[in-house]
Amino acid sequence: MTSVAVRIPTILRTFTGGSAEVSAEPGTLREVIASLDAAYPGLGGRIVDDAGNLRRFVNVYVGDEDVRFAEGLETPVPAGSHVSVIPAVAGG
Amino acid sequence: MTSAASTPTRFGFANHLFCRECGATFDLGASHACADCFGPLEVGYELPSLTRSDIEAGPASIWRYASLLPVPRDVAGSRGTEPGWTRLARADLLARELGMSALWVKDERGNPTHSFKDRVVAVALAAAVEMGYKVLACPSTGNLANAVAAAAARAGIRSVVLIPADLEPQKIAATAVYGGTMVAVDGTYDDVNRLASELADEREDWAFVNVNVRPYYAEGSKTIGYEIAEQLGWRLPEQIVVPVASGAQLVKIDKAFRELIALGLVADTGYRVFGAQATGCSPVAAAFRAGHDVVQPVKPATIAKSLAIGNPADGPYVLDVVRRTGGAVADVSDAEVIGAVRLLAATEGIFGETAAGVTLGVLRRLLAEGRLDPRAETVIINSGDGLKTLDAVGQGGGPGNAPAAIRPTLAAFEAWESAHERKAVA
Repeated sequence: MTSVAVRIPTILRTFTGGSAEVSAEPGTLREVIASLDAAYPGLGGRIVDDAGNLRRFVNVYVGDEDVRFAEGLETPVPAGSHVSVIPAVAGG
Repeated sequence: MTSAASTPTRFGFANHLFCRECGATFDLGASHACADCFGPLEVGYELPSLTRSDIEAGPASIWRYASLLPVPRDVAGSRGTEPGWTRLARADLLARELGMSALWVKDERGNPTHSFKDRVVAVALAAAVEMGYKVLACPSTGNLANAVAAAAARAGIRSVVLIPADLEPQKIAATAVYGGTMVAVDGTYDDVNRLASELADEREDWAFVNVNVRPYYAEGSKTIGYEIAEQLGWRLPEQIVVPVASGAQLVKIDKAFRELIALGLVADTGYRVFGAQATGCSPVAAAFRAGHDVVQPVKPATIAKSLAIGNPADGPYVLDVVRRTGGAVADVSDAEVIGAVRLLAATEGIFGETAAGVTLGVLRRLLAEGRLDPRAETVIINSGDGLKTLDAVGQGGGPGNAPAAIRPTLAAFEAWESAHERKAVA
């Protein structure tokens, strides 16, 4: 396993041709998102804002951990790990 | 924004969704996050003109406000739990204890499953049926699970609720009894919520009331605000204290007050909104204190499990509302929560759940700190029933524990009385 698996939420599947899961290169989360954006142009900008920060209403998990509890966009994403991107507008 | 103003559709006078972050608009339908920026979607209306008597002629349930909700006009005729129109109890003895002039408790125990969640579920169910969903589902800290399971049973559809495995046994039993599917998840509510968000993307005919149907669902909490105003004789309270979990209830009560003002149904007398959290899960209170407009998530650790959301979706909007109205968000310890649950019960005969203890505890705290005016008319929300959180008051030898038994004789009673009762009276 040399890549990482990224779960794509419904509202971003227009970028991935409908795929719910795509693969990306390992690295930091920022690098993973950059590699996604190279493969699916525009996708990165939906997750990261113009200033290069994670958007306010997106949650990103590496494995079971919300990256806001880890190192945010600098969180390491080793080969073989799972990344999940979900809208942060649920619950309560 | 296509339909004509005066023609209600199956979503009443609601006619579009809009993003609260970037303002993008979308057709009414099954989406909850903005396709452009991930921001939360909100229901927009072209509201009709409406009089107080139009509303007063309606049923004694939330459907008296059907014109202000994204539901069919004939919604009151469908099989539902008919929540709402709970009492607004004047709390004179509690007010005296706190040194306040006028205090009211909006007592949400009066709903069919004993919490305000019946309101939001009723609206979500009505919208979900219109959108063709077949299953009613949710991630829940307990009250919502009760409400979803009951509403689905009554509507004759399947329910699936996901709960954290460590939930109070009363809430588990009060969900299981309705016969729906219940799945206990090893993790916090925020973990359960994440699972629900992923599932909602995979199960196309499942309406997760607080995920993919959340814009409609959340509108149901406006009815708390409408009722308070109507029950006060069509006016707004000067101060209101609301518990904060996701924050949606507080934000929607404020929305309700602003709509009533815009419709000319109440005078714009000004009001201040205060948010209440337990210290063990107080990300919004922490952001308020720090002057931030973003909320840093936390890992919850509090007995107020119905408020234990570490990553609150409406947190930023709570901050907007309390800052705009001159309110505050504060938090209290679990010990203060238990003390406040007992105080509410002992002074007003209202046994609220731990979230009520949080709300009253924060009221006391804000009074003590001089941030809440004791002379201004104030409403606090009791969002649920103490019978669902019995363990919280049963700990530490409190009144929740069964008393030691006596023999059934006068002598035994008098011996007991001289040992206990006179001491208590003195």
